Amino acid sequence: MIMQTITIKNNQSVPLASIPELGYGQFMEVNTELLADTLDRHCVNYYGIVDGKHVKLICCIADDVKHLIHLSSCKVLPTDVVPSFTAKLLCFEKFEREIYENFGLNYSDHPWLKPVRYPFDRADKQSTIANYPFYTINSEELHEVGVGPIHAGVVEPGHFRFICNGEQILHLEIQLGYQHRGIEKLFLEKPELSQRVTLAENIAGDTVVGHTTAFVQTLESLCGFQTTREIDYSRTIALELERIAVHTGDLSALCTDIAYQLGSSVFGRLRTPIINFMQEWCGNRLSKGLIRPGSDRFPFTTELADRLVQILDSFELDFVEMNAQLFSLPSALSRFERTGVVSQEDATAIGAVGMAARTSGIMRDIRTSHPHSLYPELQHEAKVKRHGDVYSRVQLRKNEVMQSIEYLRKLIAELPVNHEISELSSLGENLFALSLVEGWRGEICHCAITGTKGELIHYKIKDPSFHNWMALALSVRNNEISDFPICNKSFNLSYCGHDL
Amino acid sequence: MLSILLNLIAALFFTGIVIRTKSKASGRKGPGIMQPIRDVYRLFRKGSVYSETTSFIFQLAPTVYFASVVMAMLVVPFGKSPGVLSFYGDFIFFAYVLALGKFFSIISALDTGSSFEGMGASREALYSMFAEPAFFILMGSLALLSGHTSFQGIFASLHIGSQISYALAALATFVLLMIAMIENSRMPIDDPKTHLELTMVHEVMILDNSGFDLGLILTAGYLKFALYGALIVNLFIGVIPYQYAIPAFFAIQFLMAVAIGLIESFMARFRMSHNPQFIVVLTSVSLLIFFGVLLILQKFV
Repeated sequence: MIMQTITIKNNQSVPLASIPELGYGQFMEVNTELLADTLDRHCVNYYGIVDGKHVKLICCIADDVKHLIHLSSCKVLPTDVVPSFTAKLLCFEKFEREIYENFGLNYSDHPWLKPVRYPFDRADKQSTIANYPFYTINSEELHEVGVGPIHAGVVEPGHFRFICNGEQILHLEIQLGYQHRGIEKLFLEKPELSQRVTLAENIAGDTVVGHTTAFVQTLESLCGFQTTREIDYSRTIALELERIAVHTGDLSALCTDIAYQLGSSVFGRLRTPIINFMQEWCGNRLSKGLIRPGSDRFPFTTELADRLVQILDSFELDFVEMNAQLFSLPSALSRFERTGVVSQEDATAIGAVGMAARTSGIMRDIRTSHPHSLYPELQHEAKVKRHGDVYSRVQLRKNEVMQSIEYLRKLIAELPVNHEISELSSLGENLFALSLVEGWRGEICHCAITGTKGELIHYKIKDPSFHNWMALALSVRNNEISDFPICNKSFNLSYCGHDL
Repeated sequence: MLSILLNLIAALFFTGIVIRTKSKASGRKGPGIMQPIRDVYRLFRKGSVYSETTSFIFQLAPTVYFASVVMAMLVVPFGKSPGVLSFYGDFIFFAYVLALGKFFSIISALDTGSSFEGMGASREALYSMFAEPAFFILMGSLALLSGHTSFQGIFASLHIGSQISYALAALATFVLLMIAMIENSRMPIDDPKTHLELTMVHEVMILDNSGFDLGLILTAGYLKFALYGALIVNLFIGVIPYQYAIPAFFAIQFLMAVAIGLIESFMARFRMSHNPQFIVVLTSVSLLIFFGVLLILQKFV
C-alpha cells in the first residue's frame, strides 16, 4: 500500500515532492475519512496551485491530538468534472468554492458553488461582484433587506442580504470580495524580505502580530532557521498583548451596540494603555515593525517589563470591576443571552475555528494543539464555552483576557538572556512549509512553496474569518434583525482577511 | 402664552442637558449645552436633498410633523394659565394632532422605498399604537378625578393631598415619563446614538431627510420633549403662584433631562421584541391609576 499522506509538525518544511500524489478518488476518500465523525482533526487549508496544464490540489488536515498535520495532494485538469468533498463534509465548502473560482474546476455535486472574492485572474471573467447569484425568494409575506456594502460604522465593506419574516431573520447570505487586493500574488511579485513582511503586516490590520508571526515562521522554516528563546519570547508576548487589546476593544464595541454607554467608554479606555505600550515597545500602536524574520528587532528589556507590570496592574483592576458591572446588569444580559446561537453540530460541520469554535464547545486552539513560540512551556489550556451565543462570546473574551494577563505575568517573571542570533540563510529549494498561529480571532494558516532556485512560487494565506463568516450567517437565523449587529460584533470577523 | 414661552426655553436646553449628562457619566467633557441648537441652526441654513424615488409626501412630511408639534404645544397649559387654545377634550386633540404628525413621518419613511426605513416605520407605528391606550386611560382617569375635560381644568383642580393621590401622582409621572421616552425615541426603547440602521426606530425613518427638513424634524423632537416635561410639571404645580411655579417648572424639566441622561448611561437598550411588552405594561399602570381614582371617588360598590 502506498503512503496516503505525509505528516509534518507545525512550522516544519518538507520537500514538495515528498507530499504523496493520489488519484482524485483516493484523495477524496483519504481526506474525508480523516475528518469523518471526529473533533480531533480539522482541515486547516485546502487549495490549488497551477502546475503546467494541471491544477495541483493540496490538502492539509491537522490532527489536534497527535500535534501533526497530514498533507496529501492530487493533480486534476481544470476541465475535469469531479465530485465535491463538500457533499460529504460541509467544512470544505469555502475551499472548493475558491478552487472553482480560481481554476474553473467543476464540481458535480457542490451545493453552493458561488464566487468567493473575484481575483483578477479568476477562471470565469463573466462573474463579477455586480452579478453575484443571491439566494432569492418569491413570496408575498417575506421581505429582503440588503445591508452594505458601505458599513454603517464605516469599517470595511461587505454586503449582507437578509430574508426576513417581519422582524425575524430566516436567512442571511454574506457577499464579500470588496477588499480583494491580490495580496497572495503580491508576495511573489515583491522580492525583498522587507516588502514581504510589510505585506504580511497588512493582511488584516487588526491581526498584525498574528499574521506576521505566521509569515515569519513559514519563512524561517523554509530557510531552516532555528529561533532563539528571545525571538520566541517577544512574539509570544506580542501575540498575547494583541489578544488583550482586541478583546477589550471588542467588549467596548459590544457595549456600544447594546447602547450601554458605561461599558462602551470604560472598555474603550482600557484598550488604550495596552496599544500605547506597543508604541513604547516598537514605535507602533498596532505592532507594525515589531516582528521580523530571523531577528528580535526590539528586545524586551527590564524597563519594558517593569512598565508592562505597571500597566497590567492598573488594567486588571479596572477590567475586573467593569466586568463585574457588565455581567450583573440585567438589561445587558437580556441582550446577550440566547442571542445568535451556533450549535456545536453547526460549528463542527462548517469547520469553525478559534473563538467561534471555542464558544460552541469545541476545544480548538493552536496554542494547545500545535504549539509554537513559547506556548509549549506555558502549557496552554483553552477556555471553552458551550452555549454558542453572544453571551458565551462575551464571556470567552473576558476569560481569555484574564488568561493572557496571567501568561504575561508568568513570562515577565523570567526575562530571556540574549543569545547570538545566526544569520537568516536563503530559502531552501522545492520546499513546502506550513505555519499555524493562534491569533486573537483564531487559527491563521500560511503555506508557502519554493521553486528550483529557492524562489517563492506560491504563497497561501488563510485567515480564521474564512470559515467563521459562515458561523455568523448561521447564528442569526431565527433571531431578530435588530440583533444582527451584536451577533456580527460578537464574532468581529475580518473582511480583508477573507478577501485577501 | 406663558406656557409656550416656558416650553420654548426648556426645549432650548433639554437635549443639550441630556447629552451633557451622558458625557459626564462616561467621563468625557462633552459638547456645550447649546450644541443641539447650533446643529439645527446649521441645518436650517442648508438646502434639502431629495431622492428621485420619493414623491411630494416626503417633502411635505417634515413640515406637517413640525406643525403638529407646534399645534400640540398650543393646548398645553401652565398651572393657572391655560394654553393658547383650551377647550373641552383638548387632551384628545393633543394626542391626535401628534399622531397626525407621526402618521406623516411614517408614510414619508415608506415613501423612500428603503427597506430600513420601512422597518423603522413599522416599529414606530407599533409602539405608538401600544402607547396610546396608556395615555388615554391616564388622562381619562385624571378627568374623572377632577371632573374637568380640558388640560387646564384637569391640572388646575387636581389636589394632591391624600396618600392614594401621592401614589397616583407617582404612577402618573412614571407613565408620562415613559410615554415621553417612547414618543421621543429615547432609551430604553430606542437608541438615538446608534449608527446601526437595523436596530434603529426613529433615527432610521429620517435617514433620507437632510438640511432644512432634518432641522425641522430635530427641532420638533426638542419641542416634543419639553411638551411632555411640561405635562409632568403640570401634575405637580396645580394652582401655586407663578413665583414658585416657574422655578419649579425649570427644576422639574432639568431633573427629567438628567434622569434621562442617567438612564441612557447606565443601562442597555431593550431587545426589540421586549419593547411591546414594556409599553403594554404602561397601559396596566394606567389601569392601576384608573382603579385608584375609582377608589378615591368611592365608585366601587
